Amino acid sequence: MGEQFSVQEWVKREYRYGFVTEIAEEVFPPGLDEEVIRRLSARKEEPEFMLEWRLAAFRLWQQMKEPHWARAVYPPIDYQAISYFAAPKMGKDRPKSLAEVDPKLLETYERLGVPLHERARLAGVAVDAVFDSVSVATTYREKLAEQGIIFCSFSEAVRDHPELVHRYLGSVVPPGDNFFAALNAAVFSDGSFVYVPKGVRCPLELSTYFRINANETGQFERTLIIADEGSYVSYLEGCTAPMRDENQLHAAVVELIALEGAEIKYSTVQNWYPGDAEGRGGIYNFVTKRGECRGAGSKISWIQVEVGSAITWKYPSCVLRGEGSVGEFYSVAVGNHRQQIDSGTKMIHIGKGTRSTIISKGISAGRAQNSYRGLVKVLPSAEGARNYTQCDSLLIGSRCGAHTYPTIEVANPTAVVEHEATTSKIAEDQIFYLQQRGLSPEDAVNLVVNGFCKEVFNNLPMEFAVEVEALMQVTLEGAVG
Amino acid sequence: MSEEIVLEIKGLAAAIEGKRILQGVDLRVRAGTVHAIMGPNGSGKSTLCQVLAGRAGYEVTAEFARFLGRDLLPMAPEERAREGLLLSFQYPVEIPGVKNVYLLKAAYNALRRARGEQEADAFEFMTLVREKLRAMRMDESFLHRAVNSGFSGGEKKRNEVLQMLILEPKLALFDEVDSGLDIDALRVVAEGINALRAPDRAIVLVTHYRRLLDYVPPDVVHVFHEGRIVRSGDRSLVETLESQGYQWVVEEVAG
Repeated sequence: MGEQFSVQEWVKREYRYGFVTEIAEEVFPPGLDEEVIRRLSARKEEPEFMLEWRLAAFRLWQQMKEPHWARAVYPPIDYQAISYFAAPKMGKDRPKSLAEVDPKLLETYERLGVPLHERARLAGVAVDAVFDSVSVATTYREKLAEQGIIFCSFSEAVRDHPELVHRYLGSVVPPGDNFFAALNAAVFSDGSFVYVPKGVRCPLELSTYFRINANETGQFERTLIIADEGSYVSYLEGCTAPMRDENQLHAAVVELIALEGAEIKYSTVQNWYPGDAEGRGGIYNFVTKRGECRGAGSKISWIQVEVGSAITWKYPSCVLRGEGSVGEFYSVAVGNHRQQIDSGTKMIHIGKGTRSTIISKGISAGRAQNSYRGLVKVLPSAEGARNYTQCDSLLIGSRCGAHTYPTIEVANPTAVVEHEATTSKIAEDQIFYLQQRGLSPEDAVNLVVNGFCKEVFNNLPMEFAVEVEALMQVTLEGAVG
Repeated sequence: MSEEIVLEIKGLAAAIEGKRILQGVDLRVRAGTVHAIMGPNGSGKSTLCQVLAGRAGYEVTAEFARFLGRDLLPMAPEERAREGLLLSFQYPVEIPGVKNVYLLKAAYNALRRARGEQEADAFEFMTLVREKLRAMRMDESFLHRAVNSGFSGGEKKRNEVLQMLILEPKLALFDEVDSGLDIDALRVVAEGINALRAPDRAIVLVTHYRRLLDYVPPDVVHVFHEGRIVRSGDRSLVETLESQGYQWVVEEVAG
């Protein structure tokens, strides 16, 4: 009983976002060649430089091989069987206002807990809603524009701010960076774009909600965030998808650029459909996320709560170029059933006095395999660099696995690099102790898990603490005392 | 003194992985009394505590086992706690990252809900907690430390008694609450236990040393040996054990 019972209950939690929206969508036939890319670019009325950029990326991609160094097993992906564009039919132009958005889409986001209506909007959070390949609505944009903040879909940014896109796109994750980044560069359809001007502290949390709906399509979105000198922005992405027996590919790219004294906080609550208990279906989440602290004294923090996807391949990283710049990575990755997670970070210290912190919490249940893979690299120029890494794994049950692959490369003798790692099981002792204080076994497991993740949860934006609580079915700490 | 019987067990037996540890324990505890169960190491005292508290993994049988008139054995551990049977652990368990005050409040409210009462508001709860902290001579910083994490032996035991004072069980079961305590800590723990004494509450102290019983005089003393109670008596039994050792009881039982 004891542990066994509670774990089963905990593990049984259902995927609550598995519904499909019945809506007419324009979907490209499966397959990928230069013609598809031209068609995609034309469909989006892109300037010439974008098409050229995509085609160059496509040619690079064709030369590249899918990487298989991650600890994940899956059948070969047929890239010609995937459709590279799916969008709800809504006329030629993106709706000018919410009144023009298909009510079915609004209802979808309502059901996902992200109401877009003026009345019901989340207070203090501006949302860009991405449905399959396109952004369908962005809230609060006028209010943000008053301070010169640009928050819009990537497609609009290409159209309205081509100079910014041209200048920064691919400057952190170049098209040839890796196989999936190259694929994304060739076919990315939409995503979010953020620019925060000099000295502006963004007054709202910015958020993008990614929803995959269409069948047999991939989602390839691209996010670009630029924080100009002395600015601050906090951004959050959420993701869900319907329950289907087939796997779907999601290959996103996120680029962050922090100029002198700027700070970007990027939080992710990733809840793509993870597949069923037997490992059927689920999203392949192959994502490249990287931020560059370009200016002195800048800071980039990645905070991720990863609970979904059949396979996660994701290493949000920081290039610490500016003197005294700071990189942070706080991660909770929960694997259940047959999920395979290979995630971690890279901290590249280039500038003098750069500092980085890595706190990774991996939780494995069922038959999940959960790997932390990390690189801390200190270049000869990074005088006095510091890194602290803490990497903890929690096992629930005896059929799951936790693995840690840390790499440390230090080329400057003044650097201080620390690494700590622990692996623990949720002890029957802990559950029994808490039950003996009147808690149900489920509450006991949640309390232990929550305590384990606390250092990461403490870094999530307040507005999303509730969402994470519901997601993890945990009662959040700090509500009392 | 109330005549209500809090705990009544007969022929309680328990085995783990085929090995019998409890061999037929008979025990009746009335409200308002303090019982001491003494016995050498390895005699099964801790197993008795764990089995009474509902620990999984044992095969448990009994002619009967009743807690406040209810059949005890089918009850889950949290049900036993909510009905008022609380165990102070010999080795309190660490829960990293979970604040002590958070567990206290979760437990307090779980018990209140079980009694059909509303959850306590924050002010009411903190007033209660501060009062009990003072009684245990504990600093308020205790509340914000992770449950038992990095606590000294004495701090852990004081924390167990603090939980009892706040959760107010009908049966407070203490498994070697005196082990690993210096004399000052022992005194504080003993005061806490004495403060728990109430007409509607029973206290069972499991120990193999006499010194706790000097501070918390028991009404009934039981000698535990090879998985059962072999002798019961009043306080004077403690003296006899002290002067003649457990061997005396064992031989007498055998003879």
